[in-house]
Amino acid sequence: MVHTIALAGNPNSGKTTLFNALTGARQHVGNYPGVTVEKKTGVYKIDDREFSLVDLPGTYSMTAYSLEEVIARDFIATQKPAVVVDIVDAANLERNLYLTLQIIEMGVPVCIALNMMDVAKSRGVRIDAPRLSALLGVPVVPTVARNGTGKKELMAAAAQVADTYAGPKELNVSYGEDIDSALAEMEPIISRGQFLTQYYPARWVALKYLEADEQIVSAGRRADAHVSEKLEQIAGRVASHLNRTLDTDAESIIADHRFGFIKSIIRQGVIEVENEQNRLYLSDQIDKVLINRLAGPFIMAGVVLLLYHFTFAFSEIPAAWMESGFAALRGMAEAHMAEGVLKSLVISGIIDGVGGVLGFVPIILLMFLGITILEDSGYLARVAFMLDRVFKVFGLHGSSVMPFIVSGGIAGGCAVPGIMAARTLKSPKERLATLLTVPFMNCGAKLPVFALLIGAFFASHKAWVMFAVTLMSWGGALAVAWVLRKTIIRGTATPFIMELPPYRLPTVRGVLIHAWERTWQYIRKAATVILAISILLWALMSFPGLPADQAEIFGPGQEAALAGAELRHSVAGRIGTSLEPVTELAGFDWRTNIALVGGFAAKEVIVSTLGTAYSMGEIDAEEASGLSRRLARSPQWGPLTAFALIVFVMFYSPCFVAVVCIAREAGSWKWAVFSVAFNTVLAFVLAVSVYQAGSLLGLG
Amino acid sequence: MQLINMREMKERQSGKIKAIRARRELGRRIRDMGLVPGTEFLVKGRAPLKDPVALRIAGFTLTLRNSEADFIEVEVE
Ligand SMILES: Nc1nc2c(ncn2[C@@H]2O[C@H](COP(=O)(O)OP(=O)(O)O)[C@@H](O)[C@H]2O)c(=O)[nH]1
Ligand SMILES: [Mg+2]
Repeated sequence: MVHTIALAGNPNSGKTTLFNALTGARQHVGNYPGVTVEKKTGVYKIDDREFSLVDLPGTYSMTAYSLEEVIARDFIATQKPAVVVDIVDAANLERNLYLTLQIIEMGVPVCIALNMMDVAKSRGVRIDAPRLSALLGVPVVPTVARNGTGKKELMAAAAQVADTYAGPKELNVSYGEDIDSALAEMEPIISRGQFLTQYYPARWVALKYLEADEQIVSAGRRADAHVSEKLEQIAGRVASHLNRTLDTDAESIIADHRFGFIKSIIRQGVIEVENEQNRLYLSDQIDKVLINRLAGPFIMAGVVLLLYHFTFAFSEIPAAWMESGFAALRGMAEAHMAEGVLKSLVISGIIDGVGGVLGFVPIILLMFLGITILEDSGYLARVAFMLDRVFKVFGLHGSSVMPFIVSGGIAGGCAVPGIMAARTLKSPKERLATLLTVPFMNCGAKLPVFALLIGAFFASHKAWVMFAVTLMSWGGALAVAWVLRKTIIRGTATPFIMELPPYRLPTVRGVLIHAWERTWQYIRKAATVILAISILLWALMSFPGLPADQAEIFGPGQEAALAGAELRHSVAGRIGTSLEPVTELAGFDWRTNIALVGGFAAKEVIVSTLGTAYSMGEIDAEEASGLSRRLARSPQWGPLTAFALIVFVMFYSPCFVAVVCIAREAGSWKWAVFSVAFNTVLAFVLAVSVYQAGSLLGLG
Repeated sequence: MQLINMREMKERQSGKIKAIRARRELGRRIRDMGLVPGTEFLVKGRAPLKDPVALRIAGFTLTLRNSEADFIEVEVE
């Protein structure tokens, strides 16, 4: 039988590093059922035995307040791993043991990896592992996950625990008289009724009732309402007694005693500190500069700009390779396939569609390399810290800033990696609000549209209009976030109690694995759905074909005009035409409508579709290149129409790739549909307001 | 020795936690991070707009918003 080993521990204790060191390339990233928390599984082989490893989400505790905690707890209780390897940061022993204690109390087989021994040593902290092991009654193996030290010994100890496990360990922490006597009263009731005991030890269940843990209490009510009733009565009595006499609750008392127990263990010669305590570590020195109230924001701006330069400078070359690769494919299809529907499908539907998706890959990969470096080094947490106050006003969180910037907060990003970057947000409401508003940023694909319109109508004020456009997208996104958080994603702010991890040099391997994982997820998930949708859009824009007698009018040299006529005749063209009476309110004609429908697939399509649509009726094919000039000359177009269109493009539905990502990250298609509908309506209302107000003022 | 609210603490001032008045989720999150009565810490710094605040506790750094610091009573010199 293959044993399962679960890796648990505080965030940043080195779980993932250890997991990578143990499993190497034999790993798989998925999700826990129904939620968006990542689940990493892998295989570790020693001699002729095989273990299945699971990297649990990092948690500070085993309560049921955060999704991560619920997942880690449920996995341990219901999947019954053969061993839980608890990764403990040796440089932070006291706080880490708080979780350890709770895992041991769950009565499962535990083995401790005392990680970051190198850091502890450099701080002059010496830890007596055998002594700690004796006091806690579980094996303790010192490790340095970063270079693999101790991993063999750890797995040997874990295998030993799995093989010799003989039921829950009695740690019996004392929680003070009030709680202890309640426990003594509750435990027999639980054992006798076999109440939840297939998953948890009786004492643990009693503790959870005293802590008023919602998840366990409701599971208990379902299992046996009668027993649950009795336990709730006892817990209620204790709670009101504590409230009356000590002005506190059972949870606080239990936590205080846990920390008290840990302190008493540590004091029994477990830790020896050489230097004076609380001296400033290197991280504190660095923080004096990087989160300095005056210098900090400037350095942050510099770092963000650097991330941008890095991503766009380096992604150009591979993006060009991919482009020419797809161009070559296109050329091959062009040369070797017979004229007809199939050829058009292969070229415009499949090659262009898949090319469009894969075209994002270099940007995503590099963006994530950059973000992973910032995240692993510890800097990203500082960015969240510095900006939290600003984002809090709008119902968001300091950690929302990266998704916004990546999506194009400084013009020219991409909402797809931006949406995925929202994973660093641990608070569900703030995260959802972030997911839904980052598509308002000016991604790289909207820029050509803006460039076209600004070039045609605001040529003398280019920089200013571009600046105004950037401000508008931020203003719009933050305002919408504020409204969402006041209405459909209402709720008080999630506490911002966050650790600023020490600065660390990221490892090449860790960064590569992490960035590649996210990129690969994108390729796999997006490619399938996007391919289908791009074929659908192709069909909309190609069928029904122009009847032969109408096509004959166009002679050689008038291909562009022919394409325009064909487009108008297609389903998309008819949609565009039938929408005209409505979109006229914003100043958009049927040609613009088709382009906007196409922009649904990818915003890049807007300019090229406008080009095709406006070439209709043109005699001279050469004219097709001067779209900007033609718009400027056209009587229906003016600065006002152009501005209304800029506003619309900025706010309307995210492109399909982004919509697919929203569905995935928000955990439901409901939110994806919402963002398509809501954004489009919002954009339309704004564009109409701009156009109508402008017309009234005589700006048209 | 005097008792003050954590929000009122100045940068680089150190203190010792006396009591935590938050209950339920907030209280639990505060405690889970090791902020329990008796814990000694130093105010390491504040964000550019004075909120949140960064605390240096034995081996690590923790940040919290002023609206959360309000629930923490501190003993200072
Ligand atoms: N010095 C040192 N750094 C480590 C060790 N283990 C992990 N790290 C680093 O600690 C940081 C957090 O590690 P990670 O595995 O992502 O932690 P997780 O949040 O528990 O998955 C990374 O920068 C690692 O390179 C170790 O034993 N020693
Ligand atoms: Mg991890």
